[in-house]
Amino acid sequence: MIIVQQKPLKEIFEMTKNLKKLLIVGCDGCSSVIQVGGERQANILKSLLEINRKVKGEKDPSAKAISILRQCDRQIVTTALDPIIKDYDAIVSLSCGVGVQTIADLFQSTLIIPAIDTKFLGMHDTKADKFHEMCTACGECILFETGGVCPLTRCAKSLLNGPCGGQANGRCEVGGWKNDCAWILIFNRLKERNRLDLFTKFRLPKDYRVSRHPRELSFKAENEEATEA
Amino acid sequence: MTKEAYGELMKQINSGKFVFTGELEPVKTTNFDEVIEGARILKNHVAAINITDNPTAFGYMNALMPSYMIQEKAGVEAVYQMTTRDRNRLALISDVLAAGALGIKNILALTGDHTTVGDTPQAKPVFDLDSATFVYMLRKIIDEGLDLNNNEIENPPKFNIGIAAAPNADPLEPELLKIQRKVELGVDFIQTQCVYSVEQAKNFLKAASYLKTPILIGIAPFKSISMMKWMVKFVPGIRVPEEIQETLHKAKKTGGKQAVYEANIEIFGEMLRGVRSTTNAAGIHAMAIGFEWIIPKIIERAGL
Ligand code: SF4
Ligand code: SF4
Repeated sequence: MIIVQQKPLKEIFEMTKNLKKLLIVGCDGCSSVIQVGGERQANILKSLLEINRKVKGEKDPSAKAISILRQCDRQIVTTALDPIIKDYDAIVSLSCGVGVQTIADLFQSTLIIPAIDTKFLGMHDTKADKFHEMCTACGECILFETGGVCPLTRCAKSLLNGPCGGQANGRCEVGGWKNDCAWILIFNRLKERNRLDLFTKFRLPKDYRVSRHPRELSFKAENEEATEA
Repeated sequence: MTKEAYGELMKQINSGKFVFTGELEPVKTTNFDEVIEGARILKNHVAAINITDNPTAFGYMNALMPSYMIQEKAGVEAVYQMTTRDRNRLALISDVLAAGALGIKNILALTGDHTTVGDTPQAKPVFDLDSATFVYMLRKIIDEGLDLNNNEIENPPKFNIGIAAAPNADPLEPELLKIQRKVELGVDFIQTQCVYSVEQAKNFLKAASYLKTPILIGIAPFKSISMMKWMVKFVPGIRVPEEIQETLHKAKKTGGKQAVYEANIEIFGEMLRGVRSTTNAAGIHAMAIGFEWIIPKIIERAGL
């Protein structure tokens, strides 16, 4: 899931200052699941914005809040926003950066304001009530070799051949030996499975072309190639 | 297994002599004097001196120039430390080729401490390679005269390659397997982080003996009591036996700074003697940044 966090209100107030006719758009995808940017949060933000705008004496303090299924889907965004967008001067989005850019791309003449900071691809540890980054979308998954623990993301140095000399008692030097060392997790899992050969295996320097920005992907081309062959 | 020696350090290791290496730290300066002075102090006691590369991620003078300068001006061989933290593979090969041109004989291939522990924690960490992939790159350059993409290098450089090891790593097994990975790629010697007892050295040497690679045991006397306290408190994996702590504290109380130095000479001289006479270590890597003069005294105390 994409882990997001609402921006400080001060920042949102600043970006929306003196704008009339605001549409606050929540996203029922990841943003809503982690209770940061769904319908409920869109309504709360609407109320806060209205109060602030009233206090500041703005001419048109009222705003409207809606939420749509997924802001990263062009089809869904078009269907939801096309009929109403002309009534608004600006859109405040509660989705990740993908959703914000999808709207920005589709409605280029409307101002779009991100109310969310996109943090990382992660997992919710409900027990500790914490989110952990798990994958950096490197483009070439090696989880099979590493016992289901991603060293590119969970090792602070993204080492392919860890651990480094900074681990102590299974903890990582980064952050003062509080977090798990990913390479010790990998070691423990592979040892349990009797696959230390995978641990000791030397991994060649990574080809970073597969993670070079901006990336694109088309299944169409691949399928065509497959039929030709 | 004897490895080809490209410099004095490896020649001495191959000859079976118990060798010493020292360590110097170019700091945030444009002045070479201190490093050269330190090298002169150590010269007659060590086979080579490591020059650190932005240690603990502090932005200092680059390590290549001082490595060259101590060879030129002090006449002592350098172990040029290179971390993969600050340079991608392009920048690494540039420096490796320059090191070859400047007559450097040894490279210590390191991953490097993370940027966030240093004096510029906002920096973007690189880690394009790690110490293992860096060893792999060095081997290709040295043995085949090729870069990572098999492009030919004109007049390829020759180096002996060293790596670091954490003798007190807990758990130790993954540390050993990690070293094994690099040894299988081809490394010439290992220098360890510091140990604080003959026992610690012995345990590691025993566990690592299957790697059949010369190991220089790291020692680091304490410049001050506060430095020792800090290390004990904040650096996990550093285990300073109670007796050593007590002896140094007592020395400080009774005789001040000078007494602490003397206690250091006693403690580490004794440790050195123990390592020399009861283990199969290839030598000692002695780190005493800023008080290099103590190393010759420790060696003398050890009666070596
Ligand atoms: S290796 Fe890690 S970063 Fe790459 S795809 Fe797999 S989980 Fe994601
Ligand atoms: S301690 Fe472990 S997780 Fe942290 S940087 Fe080193 S290998 Fe990676």
